[in-house]
Amino acid sequence: MKTPPIEPTAAPPPPATAEGPPPDRVGPRRIAWARRWRSLVRVARTYRRNPMGMAGLVILLFFIAVAVLAPLIASGEGLDPTCPCTGVPFQPPSREFPFGTDNLGRSVLTLTIWGARISLLVGLMATLISMVIGSLIGIVAGYLGRWPESLLMRLTDWFLVIPFLPLAIVLASLLGRSLLIIILVIGVTSWPSTARIVRAQTLSVKERPYVERARALGASGWHLVTRHILPNVGPLIFANTILTVAIAILSETTLSFLGLGDPLSTSWGTILESAFGSGAATAGNWWWLLPPGFAIVLVVLAFTMCGFALDEILNPRLRQR
Amino acid sequence: MRGYLIGKVAQALLTLAFVVVFNFFLFRVMPGDPAALLLRGSAAFNPDTLEQVRVDLGLDRPLPAQFVTYLGDTLRLNLGDSFFARGRSVNTVIAERVWPTLLLVGTSTIASAIIGLVIGIYGGWRRGSAFDVGSLGFTLFVYSMPEFWFGILVLMAFAGGVGPFPAIFPTGGYETPAAGLTGLSHWVDVLNHMVLPFFVLTVAYLGEYAIIMRNSLIDIMGDDFITTARAKGVREQQVLWRHAVPNALLPTMTLTILSLGFVFGGAITIEYVFSWPGLGWLTVQAIDAKDFPLLQGLFLLFSAAVILANLVADLLYAYLDPRVRAG
Repeated sequence: MKTPPIEPTAAPPPPATAEGPPPDRVGPRRIAWARRWRSLVRVARTYRRNPMGMAGLVILLFFIAVAVLAPLIASGEGLDPTCPCTGVPFQPPSREFPFGTDNLGRSVLTLTIWGARISLLVGLMATLISMVIGSLIGIVAGYLGRWPESLLMRLTDWFLVIPFLPLAIVLASLLGRSLLIIILVIGVTSWPSTARIVRAQTLSVKERPYVERARALGASGWHLVTRHILPNVGPLIFANTILTVAIAILSETTLSFLGLGDPLSTSWGTILESAFGSGAATAGNWWWLLPPGFAIVLVVLAFTMCGFALDEILNPRLRQR
Repeated sequence: MRGYLIGKVAQALLTLAFVVVFNFFLFRVMPGDPAALLLRGSAAFNPDTLEQVRVDLGLDRPLPAQFVTYLGDTLRLNLGDSFFARGRSVNTVIAERVWPTLLLVGTSTIASAIIGLVIGIYGGWRRGSAFDVGSLGFTLFVYSMPEFWFGILVLMAFAGGVGPFPAIFPTGGYETPAAGLTGLSHWVDVLNHMVLPFFVLTVAYLGEYAIIMRNSLIDIMGDDFITTARAKGVREQQVLWRHAVPNALLPTMTLTILSLGFVFGGAITIEYVFSWPGLGWLTVQAIDAKDFPLLQGLFLLFSAAVILANLVADLLYAYLDPRVRAG
């Protein structure tokens, strides 16, 4: 990010030979990618020295592995209440069921392992939607300025003051209970803060001399945005994305807990919903409540720690002085 | 200053207008027939009564006409009748739930802000110390946990009584039903019911304040005027409380005021877990009953509260920070 801008035009012009460019041609794209790769390596090196970021990354990789390998760790049949592998309902932890059983006799360990899939999927997909909307609005507003900017920022401010949870609840209860709806609802309600951050960064990048120079050389708006502004705003969007995943996972949990989740899929939120709904709190079935809860806390914590660490590296204002 | 003030007020009114319009389309354009929902499960469910209800609700008229009626009604604060409390207006249903929410969420927001700020100040001041690392871990943990999960655990431990924990508090509600308590004993009863949800909300909210206060203080500590103060020989305690904290407080103060705006709608899951008869629990009940007029009313109230808090934060910011006024 801090490398002095090397303009694509600085590359030697390709030799005009009839048989086309030679294979070791040094094109502007290759220079740009090499530069990006070097800066990525530099960020990775700084990141490795950040204990908080590394701890978050380790926790995260563990849960991603659990989610991906779920069918190998615990048979999916364990989710079916009619499976012969189920035990006595409301059973405390034992050798056979390390985390005990739920009201249908299913292993809480199996539920928690499979819940990782849905919770992470919803968190990532919702974040993707939120990032695309937020970045698009932020960049367009910041780059175009004038009336499109006021219009888009007004819209952003509106969505910022509408209380997120009530809006998500209203949307989810109007549209019905399904995984896709939950993803869409979280995605379309959580983009405004991203849009503001991206716009602010776009405004500052837009004024830098090399952008002015590119414009003077006759670069089109599309070229400026995709080649100069986006690569510079990208890192910030990425750090913000990581933090948004944490919020999206928490939102999924909350919506599912309120009975707005997909009744057919098992997420950490729906496990907690059925536990609370079956009176696990008053009956003292702690083994049913602790595993999914701790899973949520650890994953959200891991994303938050990674996000903070990245923010500290990529956001020059926060660097240790 | 006057121009700034008028601009901010106009902006808030415009936002409110947007919410009102948004509210109309949100509940009308979405799938689902309110009339069918209203009659659902009642003996009178047949095509004729369905048509009658549609006429009563004004759903048979074209959308623009409905919009005009809706605007007029909303401006007169006539939010219609609730489905689930049959025959009672949304206003009455909401009004009787306002006080418990204000009491619980209001007090715990203030408590968490104060505790969070103090933790953040001491952590940021001694960055890297044992207290800082410990409190940062703790605040990140409480910031990451779903508050209702923590609520359920606390409920299980201190109201249900698991293992070594004594069941010393009531399992939920606002007061002991039908106890007929008055005066002081009534208040003791309410406070006894409030202890657990208050504790849960305070712990769940303080993480955010502590983290923001810590970051903001660390940011300020690197500024030149702090170095100047130290060079002048100002004592460390004075540097912290007279120079650093007042300047670092601005962002956290904004957060506090904004959260006061979320007081009305902010504790939905906790009120549900502790059966606290406030607006949050009412929202859950309205979802369960598919009570759209009530949800619409609640949504309007929640949004209006946030808009008002935003306005107050903007105005206070201008009062405290002259640069905002000038810019």
